Amino acid sequence: MTALPRAHQLGLIGCAVCGLVSRAPQFADAGCSRCGSVLRRRKTASLSRTWALLIAAFIVYIPANVLPIMRTASLGDVDDNTILSGVVELWNKDSQGLAVIVFSASIVVPMLKFLALLVLLICVHRRSHWAQPQRAMLYRLIEFIGHWSMLDVFVVALLTALVRFNVLSSVEPLPGVIFFGLTVVLTMCASLSFDPRLTWDDEEPHE
Amino acid sequence: MGPSSRLLICDDCDTVYRLPVLGRGEVARCARCGVVLARHHRLGLDALTALVLAALVLFIQGNIWPVVTLALNGQQNSTTLWGMILIMWHDDAQVISVITAVTLFFFPLFNLLTLGWLLLFGRQGRLAPAFRPLMLAMHYFGPWTMSEVFVLGVLVAMVKAKAYFEVFPDAGIYSYAALTLFITLFAGIDLRRLWDLVPSRRA
Repeated sequence: MTALPRAHQLGLIGCAVCGLVSRAPQFADAGCSRCGSVLRRRKTASLSRTWALLIAAFIVYIPANVLPIMRTASLGDVDDNTILSGVVELWNKDSQGLAVIVFSASIVVPMLKFLALLVLLICVHRRSHWAQPQRAMLYRLIEFIGHWSMLDVFVVALLTALVRFNVLSSVEPLPGVIFFGLTVVLTMCASLSFDPRLTWDDEEPHE
Repeated sequence: MGPSSRLLICDDCDTVYRLPVLGRGEVARCARCGVVLARHHRLGLDALTALVLAALVLFIQGNIWPVVTLALNGQQNSTTLWGMILIMWHDDAQVISVITAVTLFFFPLFNLLTLGWLLLFGRQGRLAPAFRPLMLAMHYFGPWTMSEVFVLGVLVAMVKAKAYFEVFPDAGIYSYAALTLFITLFAGIDLRRLWDLVPSRRA
């Protein structure tokens, strides 16, 4: 036994919801004695669920970037914006700081989540020992930053509600923003269904 | 009460520890994966209750007052959070309307009310009615509250609008900004601390 014993080596199990430590139950679907949640050694079907959600997220990510997210109209002059053109516009209007923030939230964060989950999943499949502490840190990072991607969705919603000056000026949401919102929701679901404990399960069978 | 009641298992890697005793400002990290296992509780339950009540007031203010006003040629237009949600619904972006309503209104409100309710009883060392289902709901809703993202979103929208309109921040956004500070304060709170109120029994 190593200096850092893991729960199964001691015949223990931790409740994922309330944290109570119990003896590993002999039968499946036993509940936690404190909160009643089902005690599971690992999240159910973690790998297949994460793959499915990640692929779904990637599929909706394409129209989210290609399609315009918002239309601005003023006196018959119509202009459609995509995620990227919104960032460029901020940059050109001398708001470089904000352009960097929006670029990070809308483009870097989703990409980082795709790449990070891909690396985490592939390493688990290969039962790799490579960079385990860094992989654990990567997982915590995407959990922490995941919801900031919703930034652009809220910006479009606010501008739509604010810019309502009839023919003078108006903003309306376009389908791109719906796909983008779905991308954020799906990537969040994907990272929630990934079980970070799998990163350390190199010698044991999964599930 | 078995011997396991004083143990702690890391959520991120399943390493077993004895529950550490932490001094002021101390943080216990997992030696295998580095995740924060436990923090010293700086705030007592009374202080937490006060914070939650204050946050609730800010939340109500942030929702009834407009967040931003735009002006163009003497015309003015302002919106509240709910104005934004309803307009997205009518502009054929119902998906966005629902995401916004859930992440900025329903879940944050639920979490604040629930936390307040649980703490109100907890500070007397009692279990609130419906303690278990409410704690479970908070556990699952937790990752889906995004008030802090909204504050940044308002800032970005104001800068974007500034090129074409006169922009006036309203009272609502100040309430929201303050609320974000409060939410950050109790984001560090371990909800599991409240589970310790449940008297343990043998499985």
